[in-house]
Amino acid sequence: MNKKDILSVNDLNNEQILQILDSSDSFMEVLERDLKKIPVLRGKTIVNLFYEPSTRTKTSFELAAKRLSADVINFSPLNSSLKKGETELDTLKTIIDMKVDLAVIRHSDSGYVKYFAKNVNLPVINAGDGKHEHPTQAFLDLYTIFKHFKQFKDLRVAIVGDVLNSRVARSNILLFKKMGMEVFVVAPSMLLPENMDFFDIKSFKSIDDVIDEVDVLYMLRMQFERQNKKFYPSINEYNRFLTLNKTRFEKIKENSLIMHPGPVNRGIEISSEIMELEEKYPDKIKIDSQVTNGVAVRMALLYYALS
Amino acid sequence: MREKATVLNSSDMDRIIQRMAHEIVERNKGSKNLIFIGIQKKGVPLAKRIKENIEKFENTQIKLGKLDITFYRDDLSEKIKTDVNITDIPFEIKGKDVILVDDVIFTGRTIRAALDAIMDFGRPKSIQLVVLIDRGHRELPIRADYVGKNLPTSLNEYIEVKFKEIDGEDKVTICWI
Repeated sequence: MNKKDILSVNDLNNEQILQILDSSDSFMEVLERDLKKIPVLRGKTIVNLFYEPSTRTKTSFELAAKRLSADVINFSPLNSSLKKGETELDTLKTIIDMKVDLAVIRHSDSGYVKYFAKNVNLPVINAGDGKHEHPTQAFLDLYTIFKHFKQFKDLRVAIVGDVLNSRVARSNILLFKKMGMEVFVVAPSMLLPENMDFFDIKSFKSIDDVIDEVDVLYMLRMQFERQNKKFYPSINEYNRFLTLNKTRFEKIKENSLIMHPGPVNRGIEISSEIMELEEKYPDKIKIDSQVTNGVAVRMALLYYALS
Repeated sequence: MREKATVLNSSDMDRIIQRMAHEIVERNKGSKNLIFIGIQKKGVPLAKRIKENIEKFENTQIKLGKLDITFYRDDLSEKIKTDVNITDIPFEIKGKDVILVDDVIFTGRTIRAALDAIMDFGRPKSIQLVVLIDRGHRELPIRADYVGKNLPTSLNEYIEVKFKEIDGEDKVTICWI
């Protein structure tokens, strides 16, 4: 069985990743046309299985598939036979039996998407599993960086905030390091996982420690929905060490990027004031471009997985 | 791949390009409504040269776009092509006479894909096809309007077209596969 799953950023080698970035440029061009559709995946059917709420990832995948002329089914577990007692894997198999070509899956449990992928014989793309990985987010972030800097060598990236609960952090650290960038995390120890040694990267306590020397400031979303006990004392504490505000914005290195996977908690990761500046500094604040790039990169990944 | 014979050298290519430039202007009674689209990769330098010839003797400016047809191919499931080139058509093609340019016409499938792709950008008044080499073996009812050289080939031969801009020299050779 030789199917092309994308469960982790490590499922693609460096050469394949560079090809994804290259072809994303071509898909980006399609998104700028009046008629935003190409027939590459005509006749293919893609199922979106989101066992966890999502707006941007799900919409982005759906649009990407439709731009490629694939048919899309959205499966939402809330009004499904799961309610009738069917197991999740059996539900998935039922859908696959209806001759689907690829599944995009998000699940709140780490590793669950891999379990699905192992038990079915069609390509699976991980759209986020628990605190584990969110590879397509990492690829679109990488593309956003690549579009700006045209290369990765010697770039320094600080990943700021809730590393503990973030699958984006995990995928991005792995992918950015793999492509030759230097990666730091900025977070208090209570927002770092216990096994930080695994990543072998430096960590800092405050954004002020790194702000004037990084090329990319990657702000993570505070995952309130994943914190069932309190991990951080107060919003004031967060603001003191981690929030990107006006004062800090002015200290940022020239020709550097500010990124955030969205949705932003205004006033926590990034102040409202800075959020309003994106139109004024489109070469610096990339939060909106990340969303646009996301569709193109997901087109490239769907194309890769199905060709 | 083994080289069998040189079919065209640099000055042969120049003469053919000039001749086709004149044919295009003659048939279109001028160059006013023309735009050029080169098929990636080797159609692009050829389109550029023909266009520049016309610009010179017609004393005008003509637009040139680039088209990659990977996403419109009918054999995606058979061949995996990952090196996708950029498509760049930054102008209106509606109502224009499109001069579509490729280096070699063979089965006709590339041109079929290119026609589909162009239609996605708008409804041109006409599409005319220019090729440097027609090597026969068509699988679809498609023909070129302007042909540089007809070169009957066998299926175990391969035509290699080289352009200075891409390969460092101008040359057309016929090779064994």
